[in-house]
Amino acid sequence: MLSHALLLSAVLFVIGTLGVIIRRNAIIIFLCIELQLNAVNLAFVALSRYTGIEGQLFVFFVMTVAAAEAAVGLAIIISIFRHYKTVDVDKFNLLKW
Amino acid sequence: MGSVASVLTSGVPAQDAAHWEPVLPGLIILLPLLGFVANSVLALRAAGWSSAEVRAGREWDPFAGGSRPLTHTLPTWIGPGVMLVAFVLAAWNFVGMFGAELHEPVIRSYWSWISTSTLQVDAAIQLDQLSMVMMLVVTGVGFLIHVFSVGYMKDDVGYPRYFAYLNLFVFFMLVLVMGAGYAMMFIGWEGVGLCSYLLIGYWFTDREKSDAGKKAFIVNRIGDFGFLLAMFMLFQAFGTLDFVPIFAGAEGHFAVGGATVTAITLLLMLGAAGKSAQVPLHVWLPDAMAGPTPVSALIHAATMVTAGVYMVVRSGVLYALAPTSQAVVAGVGVLTALIAATIALQQNDIKKVLAYSTVSQLGFMFLGAGVGAFTAAIFHLMTHAFFKALLFLGAGAVIHSMHHALHKVDSHEDAQDMRNMGGLKDRMRITWVVMWIATLAIAGIWPLAGFFSKDEIIWYTAAWAGAEANPFGGLYTLYWVVALVTAMLTAFYMARLMVMTFHGQTRLEHGARSHLHEAPRVMTVPLIVLAVLSVFGGWVNVPPALSESALGFFGALPMTEWLHHWLEPITHDAAAIQVAALGEAAHDAPLLGGGELAWALASTLAAAAVVAVAVRQLAPRRVLTAAADATPPTGLRGVLYNKWYFDEIFDRTIVQPVLAASRWCWSFIDTVIIDGFVNSVGNFTRLAGWFGSLFQTGQANTYAFVLTLGVLLVLGAAVFL
Repeated sequence: MLSHALLLSAVLFVIGTLGVIIRRNAIIIFLCIELQLNAVNLAFVALSRYTGIEGQLFVFFVMTVAAAEAAVGLAIIISIFRHYKTVDVDKFNLLKW
Repeated sequence: MGSVASVLTSGVPAQDAAHWEPVLPGLIILLPLLGFVANSVLALRAAGWSSAEVRAGREWDPFAGGSRPLTHTLPTWIGPGVMLVAFVLAAWNFVGMFGAELHEPVIRSYWSWISTSTLQVDAAIQLDQLSMVMMLVVTGVGFLIHVFSVGYMKDDVGYPRYFAYLNLFVFFMLVLVMGAGYAMMFIGWEGVGLCSYLLIGYWFTDREKSDAGKKAFIVNRIGDFGFLLAMFMLFQAFGTLDFVPIFAGAEGHFAVGGATVTAITLLLMLGAAGKSAQVPLHVWLPDAMAGPTPVSALIHAATMVTAGVYMVVRSGVLYALAPTSQAVVAGVGVLTALIAATIALQQNDIKKVLAYSTVSQLGFMFLGAGVGAFTAAIFHLMTHAFFKALLFLGAGAVIHSMHHALHKVDSHEDAQDMRNMGGLKDRMRITWVVMWIATLAIAGIWPLAGFFSKDEIIWYTAAWAGAEANPFGGLYTLYWVVALVTAMLTAFYMARLMVMTFHGQTRLEHGARSHLHEAPRVMTVPLIVLAVLSVFGGWVNVPPALSESALGFFGALPMTEWLHHWLEPITHDAAAIQVAALGEAAHDAPLLGGGELAWALASTLAAAAVVAVAVRQLAPRRVLTAAADATPPTGLRGVLYNKWYFDEIFDRTIVQPVLAASRWCWSFIDTVIIDGFVNSVGNFTRLAGWFGSLFQTGQANTYAFVLTLGVLLVLGAAVFL
């Protein structure tokens, strides 16, 4: 049972990671990051059955941080969109020498 | 200040001070230093005002509005004042020493300067008969020249700076002559070199003058290198640099003619040749005339340039142990005397004539020191300080007057060129008379100072030429003949100078003539005092052979042979060694025979004849002014006019090769190798940066990919390794 849950968590995490690396749309990348976080949450919850309540407790922290991140991240994306009229991260390449 | 006061009063006697206590000897040195500090403060204040004006785009004129600022009045009293007090103190000590029959030097050690396990050097001064003579000359003549400077420099913007330098010079000169060892002497030696540089380039806005200062400094470096090496060798041999142990142990340490002592004395001679402008290192002294004329009188005639003679005499014991070095010293001296005297025959700048005359007279002093006539060398040093300071100051008065007169008519003729002078005797009676006194004194005319001192040197050369065991007897005979010829040349070029300057028709522009005037009293009084000294200064050391004759006033002089006896404690060791090595000096001259009296009489008559003939022949001669006399002389006169081409030879053989080597160092070593290395480091860094920047795409996805890759690598490493 545990191995299924962890397998699902790993699959979700890999999908999220690949999404962050491959996709160009900032919103999609953002969603993929959420996917990664929730994959980790799933692993926490699954493991808490064996290790105690701390795993579930951590999930709340992650969700809180994810919520905050969503607020700040979306704000940044909106700000970028107002400036560039696009959310394609390929266009945001000023952060280099 | 407490420590300074205690230093002054309680210098620890390093040795038993016999039965004589010197009075504040440290203060004699310290006073000029205090004068320097005080004048420096004033000079810095003046410089502050000056630079404020310059920043505002104006030129500072301290004499604007008729009144002088304090910075230009106080040095008048501070500069000569400290010198007067120092002279009085020196004279006071002299009187004390005179009565004490001192046989051992009195040493005052103030503090330990260098203290290592092997080398101990104290800041110590040594008071003995030799340093006392030098102190009196330096402070006495120095004081007179300071007073003269008040008149000569009074309209100069840098007045306080001038007196600061002059006081500093006297301080270092006193350290030089009073130091109790070679190390202290070296401090003074370098210090006077610095002051010489500062004062030659005193008018530093003139490129030529500041270059002359640099030349003096650089040429002196060559000599200083010899002095330093000699000090190292002395330290290696004796383990100390103090005079007393070195001279006491020298005879037991070195055999006569030993290689080490010969090397030491030759290296010391190199130092002396640099400082005292001996061939071939004499080239800086004529250029040093770029400085103010009183500086030429003080530094480049009376005191600093005689430091080399002082050093050789001080090291007399070492020289007596090295007959070869003695022959070299005497040879360099007599060669210098001859070369400089011949050059002086063809110079037209009044100061240049006197400069070459100084070089020539220094050559005589070295001849004296070289043949072991140490007393005669110091005697000539002293009388030369009197009459040459007088000649320079007299020339200063002439230049001052000429400059003033030419300035009044807006003429740009050279105020120092004797071709532009002539007939000044009617306008400048005092200067004319005192300069004739000095001229007769330097020419060796009886009974003036130069007669006794120069004749003693020439006579000793003859006497030692005839010493039975002298291996260089033939050489000494040659020296003696050359010295006699040079003495005649001296009489001639000095007569020429006097005639061109003061006699005949004046060649000054008509309008300027009426502006010629005698110098103010602040300048003429030092001249008169020096003239008196030039007349009577020789009477303190009438040679024994002359003292009972008419030339010695039939023994009526109270001080006959005095200096000889006075310096006896300094010179008797060296004299004993020399007699032991070379045998007794002869009583007859070589070649023609004849005793000292006969030769003295002959040489003074010959000198008088030369002066008389020169005046008769030259006075009616028509001299072209500098502007009209455009073609330089040719042939032998051209060689002399161009100073035997010493400067040109040095330029070709030393200056140009050094310049070429420096250029190569710059164009190859500096720009190719050093710059190449530095630039390569820069280029590599830039390349590495460019390579690193390739990874920085600005694409967030790339960064995420690399980050993931990194995490995987770390995790993989943690799991599988």
